[in-house]
Amino acid sequence: MVEMSGARAIVESLKQQKVKHVFGIPGGQVLPLCDELYDADFRSILARHEQCAAHMADGYARASGCPGVCISTSGPGATNLVTGIATAYMDSSPVIAITGQVPRMMIGKDAFQEADIIGITMPVTKWNAQVRNAKEIPKTIMTAFHIASTGRPGPVLLDFPKDVQTETCEMEFAGVINLRGYKPNYDPHPLQVKKAAELLVKAERPMALLGGGAIISGAQQAVKLAELLEMPTATTLMGKGSIPEDHPLAVGMMGMHGTVEANKLVQESDVLLVVGARFSDRTTGKLEHFCPEATIIHIDIDAAEIGKNAKVDLPIVADANITLKRIYERIVESQTKREQSTWVNRISEIRSQNSNASMNSNSDYLKPATILSELRKVLPLKTIVTTEVGQNQMWAALHFKVFEPRTFISSGGLGTMGFGFPAAIGAKVARPDTPVVDIAGDGSFIMTEQDLATSVIEHIPVIVVILNNSMLGMVAQWQRLFYNRRYSWSKLGNLPDFVKLAEAYGANGIRVKSLTEFSSAVKKALKSETTTVIDVPISPEENVFPKVPAGAGLKDMMVS
Amino acid sequence: MTGGRETMKMQQDYVIATLVENKPGVLYEVANMFRRRNFNIDSISVGPTETPDLARMTITVQGDEETIEQVVKQLHKIIDVIKVSILDPGNIVMREMALVKVHTTDAKVRTDVMQYVNIFRGHIIDVAQDCLIVEITGDPEKIDAFIDLLRPFGVKEVARTGITALSRGGKAIRE
Repeated sequence: MVEMSGARAIVESLKQQKVKHVFGIPGGQVLPLCDELYDADFRSILARHEQCAAHMADGYARASGCPGVCISTSGPGATNLVTGIATAYMDSSPVIAITGQVPRMMIGKDAFQEADIIGITMPVTKWNAQVRNAKEIPKTIMTAFHIASTGRPGPVLLDFPKDVQTETCEMEFAGVINLRGYKPNYDPHPLQVKKAAELLVKAERPMALLGGGAIISGAQQAVKLAELLEMPTATTLMGKGSIPEDHPLAVGMMGMHGTVEANKLVQESDVLLVVGARFSDRTTGKLEHFCPEATIIHIDIDAAEIGKNAKVDLPIVADANITLKRIYERIVESQTKREQSTWVNRISEIRSQNSNASMNSNSDYLKPATILSELRKVLPLKTIVTTEVGQNQMWAALHFKVFEPRTFISSGGLGTMGFGFPAAIGAKVARPDTPVVDIAGDGSFIMTEQDLATSVIEHIPVIVVILNNSMLGMVAQWQRLFYNRRYSWSKLGNLPDFVKLAEAYGANGIRVKSLTEFSSAVKKALKSETTTVIDVPISPEENVFPKVPAGAGLKDMMVS
Repeated sequence: MTGGRETMKMQQDYVIATLVENKPGVLYEVANMFRRRNFNIDSISVGPTETPDLARMTITVQGDEETIEQVVKQLHKIIDVIKVSILDPGNIVMREMALVKVHTTDAKVRTDVMQYVNIFRGHIIDVAQDCLIVEITGDPEKIDAFIDLLRPFGVKEVARTGITALSRGGKAIRE
């Protein structure tokens, strides 16, 4: 037992959790904690907007697999975190948000900068708590990290009234966590494993769909199982990187903007193995038409995902990697094999019928597919790529090949524009030796560009590639296809000048007109110790294809 | 497997008993989950249990089987919810209490009301010049029937507790 202030106990608890970095912005109700951060032996990174602080913590968590921490003051500071917290919640990312709160006696009086952040964030956190007693700080922070990082990970918010931060008492840092309402199950039921193994071996046309859960659980086993069964393997947006995309069995992303191979094969499959994915509408299209003939095996550590969106035939509530390993072993032990079939040849058949036309460019503009495959050539394989949201994101998903888990970071569930850049900063902090590139659109980047200041002043160099169509491109695409080209609210105009904007923040700004210029700009950026913004003008008429219209089935895919 | 991946819809009433941490905010969290997941609560009653740090919530919900399965899973997912159990309607005792205020100055009406109260094994718990308050306990249908009977006499106000229930026999939901 040691006597100390609440604020000091917060810092000590973070140290105990092996926190190396925190992201945030100070304010009145969090000043005692900020004062302790001054002496803390971990690094505090000052953001320029609380939303960015939350995205940085999220990017940090996704790149490293360890919880990311963000800190804000009460009221507007706390509410600014909410978009970042909701983003982390939808994509199951372990973010710890720490907020200041007005002193206990003032709570409920509508005090200056008071917001009910507990009530506000309840639906977008895995757990949250207001600490009413300084004595509870060590245990609550321990619990928060445990909940955020185990089972299906997710964000946790802790709210600390100012007078709890200043209160001094004897603190106890030892202890174990025993939450009677929270006991995630990692081990699959042997009977379900046996059934899954049998279904997969007997399948004529097995297919796998790997989601974000596959990446979180480190599901290297997915590739081994796919190889054993010669099973074409698609991913969701969140699962991108769970199988190397140059693998002969990898067919890319499934869904609204999925590849032709993934979307066709899933409809033809007779057994579909879904790993750590949640049957989001963007992945399945209209559920009625989603592989109606297939038997579905669904592995997820969150029991509530089973049957939430789609009816499945064989649910397995457990850790993805452990389960896949057991299924693999079961198949090997039983000495059964899938019968030789031509199923796997369908991948190349479909590919040859649908050659990728979007590369051939004779217009003045560079094509996104061309830019992104060039980017892939220039970047080292381990490079971490983040994306913004919209066309840039879907082009990145389709045309930028990823080979390792945790090297593709994107706001999948919430679809938060402005996520990519601060997430890139967070990822760079987590992996300082790895290049980090944000594939951006002009519309998304301007939502969080003020944190160029953070990246420059804190020496966190990242590369931003803006696919600049001077439009809110995805909105414009829908308007082009479904609203008779009435571009209501989607034309941004060619402002700001991103080169000057970057320079104003002390970053490098480069505008490129050709592929050669682009390639040398990226090479230069990789060598730079400062953040570089590369502005690549593209046609405002550019569409993302394939596309499945909203509410249609995957079979109704438009390819151009 | 006909009908694709969409769910079947057979609406039914369910009674769900939950044990939760007895601390502030848990009721809000449970109610909030129902709202945001688009589930409907018919009634909810909350109170402490035999163990002071546990509270019991009895929730009645209408829905099809798959919706109720989701309700149960989403309840389980809340960290402060410890135990969730769908009570088997054929094997529970289920009660609700209502307080009914009848406005009347007519002596004949008073006699009639008192007779109904006797038949329904209720109690008159407050009498004033111009009104009576009746307490009645039973399953919700009995209370509905009682209130309907009293309505012509001038029901001024009704307060119902919502259902609370226990399963029959020696087993508790904690086990």
